[in-house]
Amino acid sequence: MNLTLKIWRQKNSKDKGKMETYPVKDISPDMSFLEMMDVLNNQLIESGQDPVAFDHDCREGICGMCSMFINGEAHGPGRGITTCQLHMRSFKDGDTIYIEPWRAAAFPVIKDLVVDRSSFDRVIQAGGYVSVNTSGNTQDANAIPVPKEDADKAFDAATCIGCGACVATCKNSSAMLFVSAKISQLALLPQGKVEAKQRALNMVKQMDEEGFGNCSNTGACEVECPKGISLENIARMNREYLKASTS
Amino acid sequence: MAQSVLLKSSLAKKYWMALTGLFLCLFLVGHLAGNLQLFIGGIEGQLQFNEYAKFMTTNPLVKILSYVTYISIIFHAIDGLLLTIKNKSARPVKYHNEKASANSAWASRNMGILGTILLVFIITHMMNFWYEMHWGEIGVDANGNKDLHTIVIAFFKDASMGLVFTLAYVLSMLAVAFHLSHGFQSAFQSLGLRHEKYTPIIQKIGFAFALLVPLAFAAIPLYIHFVY
Repeated sequence: MNLTLKIWRQKNSKDKGKMETYPVKDISPDMSFLEMMDVLNNQLIESGQDPVAFDHDCREGICGMCSMFINGEAHGPGRGITTCQLHMRSFKDGDTIYIEPWRAAAFPVIKDLVVDRSSFDRVIQAGGYVSVNTSGNTQDANAIPVPKEDADKAFDAATCIGCGACVATCKNSSAMLFVSAKISQLALLPQGKVEAKQRALNMVKQMDEEGFGNCSNTGACEVECPKGISLENIARMNREYLKASTS
Repeated sequence: MAQSVLLKSSLAKKYWMALTGLFLCLFLVGHLAGNLQLFIGGIEGQLQFNEYAKFMTTNPLVKILSYVTYISIIFHAIDGLLLTIKNKSARPVKYHNEKASANSAWASRNMGILGTILLVFIITHMMNFWYEMHWGEIGVDANGNKDLHTIVIAFFKDASMGLVFTLAYVLSMLAVAFHLSHGFQSAFQSLGLRHEKYTPIIQKIGFAFALLVPLAFAAIPLYIHFVY
């Protein structure tokens, strides 16, 4: 396959940046999208140009690093996948492919397609944990009975890999799917209930301070989420926060 | 702390948007029920509608409800404006290529634009009828009630502008329909009222509400202009 790539190039966080056009030749349809990017970067290095910086790590859909906005969608076309799980067979010979970084005030671009997602870390630090005694006499978690349905829902929420596709795809750059998954995951379990109120208040406060937008319930995040995190979690966060702020 | 989180936080803005929105849905039902009396023809219809208009402007309970409605509209509009400003600032650099239609409905992404159309409609609508009823030069009917009925009929049957007004009203109701198609079920989600069993029912009711209420409203000026 021969393709035309239109890629966002930005030297550093201060640079204004612009879209650049790169042709790539002889791309195998069996390549992953990131392998195609590797081919492009080899070409760029060989011709003495600066390779395109992009985040990637596990390349098996569980780390959440490969943040690319491809042809107008987070992680490109296809549902329930990250960029590394997107294959070139999803495109046609002669296609033009737009590749842009996640766009959000809370995710500033570091270079090219690499964005700083530490705002997510700060939201987690604000309350996305349970305080447990780690002095050696920690209670066995399996000793506490948890209803199967709650365990399943908590696990579904816990599959969030914090990739930021929800923020990238939301017209408001809202982080509510991410934050609600983290709040839900813990609020559903007995270990997390103890700090549920404080957690909801603190995580939402941090989310607001980071400059994420608000939720318009468009549902775009749920569609684009590689892990299929449900809007049900946002509803649960809304309940948890309402409970916490009125009691 | 409890006070500021229930006013200023991102989630609080959603709660207020939902509560005022749902209240305005109730208002639409009441308003529609009253306006359907315009389908009653002749002198009988005129007298009944004017009696109803008098009741709506003098009954103390209705007066309280009308003030809650005004406040809801103003609050809903201001809250919506604040949310839009905040949401725009959350993405200072736009995408070159964005395929929003791949993952969300048009109405859900354009509630601000639809809401602005509705605000303009509400203001002109109130100037045309609400202002006339309260402070305009208005005649009286056989029972001595202010004759709002004649004002409404004359407005939509006006020889030069009646058709334009009628079409403008029908188009405004189209905006109401799109606004409700997202807003109704969205309000329940914002308040955390989501349930495997009930949410599909709420969504169906929301769809029916968004279709039938504006349709019934739009039928009134169409009836007056073309049939009355």
